[in-house]
Amino acid sequence: MSEALLQVRGVHKRFGPVHALKGVDLDIYPGEVHALIGENGAGKSTLMKVLSGAHRPDEGEITFAGKPFVPENPQHARESGIAMIYQELTLAPHLTIEENITLGMEDSRYGFVQHRDQAVQETLELLGQKSLHPRTSVGSLPIGTRQLIEIARAIVNNARVVILDEPTSSLSVENTQALFRVIRKLRAKGIALVYISHFLEEVQQISDRYTVLRDGATAGSGLIPEITIPSIIKMMVGRSLTDMYPKTDHIIGEKVLAVENLSGTPWPKNVSFTLRQGEIMGIFGLVGAGRSETMRCIFGLDEKISGEVYLKDRSIKHRINPKNSLKTGIDFLSEDRGKEGLAQRMSIAANTTLSALRKTSTKGFINLIAEQLVSQKWRDFMKTKCHRVTDPVSSLSGGNQQKVAFSRILHHGSEIVILDEPTRGIDVGSKSEIYGHIQKMASKGKALIVISSYLPELQGVCDTIGVMYRGILSPVKTVEEWTEHDIMAFATTGTTSQEETTIPQLSDL
Amino acid sequence: MKKLPLSAGMMLPFVGLLFVILLFTILIAIFEPDSLEAFLSVRNLQTLLMQSVIVGIAALGMTLVIISGGIDLSVGSMVALATVVVASVIDFGASGSYGTEWTVTPVWVLLGIGAAILCCALVGFINGFVSAKFKIVPFIATLGMMQVARGCAKWFAGNEMVRTPDNFLQSFMDPQPAQSWLIFAPGVWIMAILAIVVAITLRYTVFGRYTYAIGSNENTARLCGISVGKFRILIYSLCGALTGIAGVMQYATLGSGNPTEAVGLELDIIAAVVIGGGSLDGGEGSALGTLLGALMLLVLRNGCVMLGVPSYVQNIILGSIIVIAAGIDRLKHR
Repeated sequence: MSEALLQVRGVHKRFGPVHALKGVDLDIYPGEVHALIGENGAGKSTLMKVLSGAHRPDEGEITFAGKPFVPENPQHARESGIAMIYQELTLAPHLTIEENITLGMEDSRYGFVQHRDQAVQETLELLGQKSLHPRTSVGSLPIGTRQLIEIARAIVNNARVVILDEPTSSLSVENTQALFRVIRKLRAKGIALVYISHFLEEVQQISDRYTVLRDGATAGSGLIPEITIPSIIKMMVGRSLTDMYPKTDHIIGEKVLAVENLSGTPWPKNVSFTLRQGEIMGIFGLVGAGRSETMRCIFGLDEKISGEVYLKDRSIKHRINPKNSLKTGIDFLSEDRGKEGLAQRMSIAANTTLSALRKTSTKGFINLIAEQLVSQKWRDFMKTKCHRVTDPVSSLSGGNQQKVAFSRILHHGSEIVILDEPTRGIDVGSKSEIYGHIQKMASKGKALIVISSYLPELQGVCDTIGVMYRGILSPVKTVEEWTEHDIMAFATTGTTSQEETTIPQLSDL
Repeated sequence: MKKLPLSAGMMLPFVGLLFVILLFTILIAIFEPDSLEAFLSVRNLQTLLMQSVIVGIAALGMTLVIISGGIDLSVGSMVALATVVVASVIDFGASGSYGTEWTVTPVWVLLGIGAAILCCALVGFINGFVSAKFKIVPFIATLGMMQVARGCAKWFAGNEMVRTPDNFLQSFMDPQPAQSWLIFAPGVWIMAILAIVVAITLRYTVFGRYTYAIGSNENTARLCGISVGKFRILIYSLCGALTGIAGVMQYATLGSGNPTEAVGLELDIIAAVVIGGGSLDGGEGSALGTLLGALMLLVLRNGCVMLGVPSYVQNIILGSIIVIAAGIDRLKHR
């Protein structure tokens, strides 16, 4: 085989105490599609950010085209020939195709932009988009086409390595196939493509070689034809469970919540399940599988299109919105503390009582002393570290902020609690405490749903687990009934059968 | 992330006001020593406070809107509309004719006041409704309303001043009230009472808490079951009602309804809130701070007049202070 175009050896990256990359090796050859595979948090994004110049490595060597290479910033990486195409597209919708493609690299004469319609047109033709005119504004194009524009931008700027981060997560089957045709054309031109995806059957279809990352290090690499999907999954999950899941006995009782054929845009798709008193149900899935969307539909933060939600046995007749859900005893912990979960500028006390102000007020007037007292009570109960409960939430660390969000749920006292990524971005100590609180809540007879991208925590804390793949929910089974392999298989292919890893049918999507 | 405690945030407008007073005392003592006595006199204080009433009361309403993360550009036009409405009602109820024996009973004056406040509350309701239900950003919704309300004021007034017989309202804005025990004009006391009411509402009521919550993080408010749209509408309606009261005070000063009055007043009103510690990002502001902000604006104007500074210099100083106040707000949140 020819010389590697891009070679990564023993790269380390630390963010404070977090060791995100622990010695990654990666070889990318010209004219190949290289799949980069790993669970959420395995270090894929960090590695790509190092290669595209967004982060600088702490240790290790990178060589590009035979020369040592450390990108100073994204601009430098792009000019050197490494193009990154992100999951969230970065096009300016009001500019034309040509303007977007040449943005930041315009040819100019006396300060006036020289349009490069010719080069842009040729590239669009190469990508099989002859019908597109360079002067069309990008905002009028469908999402799949916009992605091709991003790729065209890379080609016009002479990229030699194109990194695609989850390129198909928002594409339909047809658009995915169109993208694959483009990828094959680029490969034929000798461009190296790094393909990051959770969807293993796609990886198998398009890639030549693979590298699996696990816990920040390379777990294996090789040729795609020589490996099966089950072996890749094994490589992704092969790690040990640490004992950080305190258990409290809890009894599973009567059915309290039933969801039938719930659908929304774009997710969920016909989701049905039942939840019982004292049950902790985990919802696993990879990013973009539609887990949050499903639960937000049930709580009323997102609109459902069809389907029924039953509390005990009664169908919910009122409009489903957060206000009514809280009234009927469903509460929701947001995955995003900064943008949604907490009002950062408000005090700890105000955040704790916000969903149940009735409890500390009479006739519309708030009893500030009572509010302080209950907030202090919950602070002590949750062991939240803060000076005063009148301090703003923004003064707390991530873990302590999450404890304030938990305090609010406990203070409100709903019987059904949905927790969306309850341990995201918090330190290990706080994580363990939160697992303990989830168990305690179940032992008090509350029914809980825990969404997580981190499988070990669901296995450690939940009674039952359901897995989501592109908006569909697997049958909910007890933790013992699932194997890690089956969970990963469903999350990446939408089926648990190990032999047949077919392309998902249109009806599933 | 360090942040000044709330009390220190409240201190800023207070310190700012004291600073401005001190600065002008010194400047006047140096350059215009003859005016110093006038500047520091009780009479000047009475005048200053009276002049702050209109901006002050309207700014209290604006404080609610800005804390909730919104803005209302239509308040200047609303003040003009209120003067026209109150004057028209009084004119309608007046007996006799212009020039001779032209009188009006207090009942009609009270009706006029009620109509003006209600009318502006309705304008505020529409502002809130349009921005909450049709998801039009408040800046645009109220920019449109600024024109609509001004147009309505001109229309109701037949495009001219609406004259009225003298009535008790005029005494509201008399800097030296007839009842000398009041010390300040009745309008000043009305402003003070309203400020206390707004301050208590913001601090001690569920409504006030929700106002802060919506401005601080609308998504969190929704997550916590707050009907964000409903409260938005209520907040804008209250802002309208308070602006209506400010408009009645404007009428009291003018003694007539004038549809071309108070052009650009919305900028003074917004400036008072911002100088008083209100953040256009929402979630911050206070009634007391706003009043201090309104006073600071007036002390500045008054001091400049005493110094004989041309009005264009006043504009430059005023503009700079607004930007500095917003800059301090940024620094607080770094």
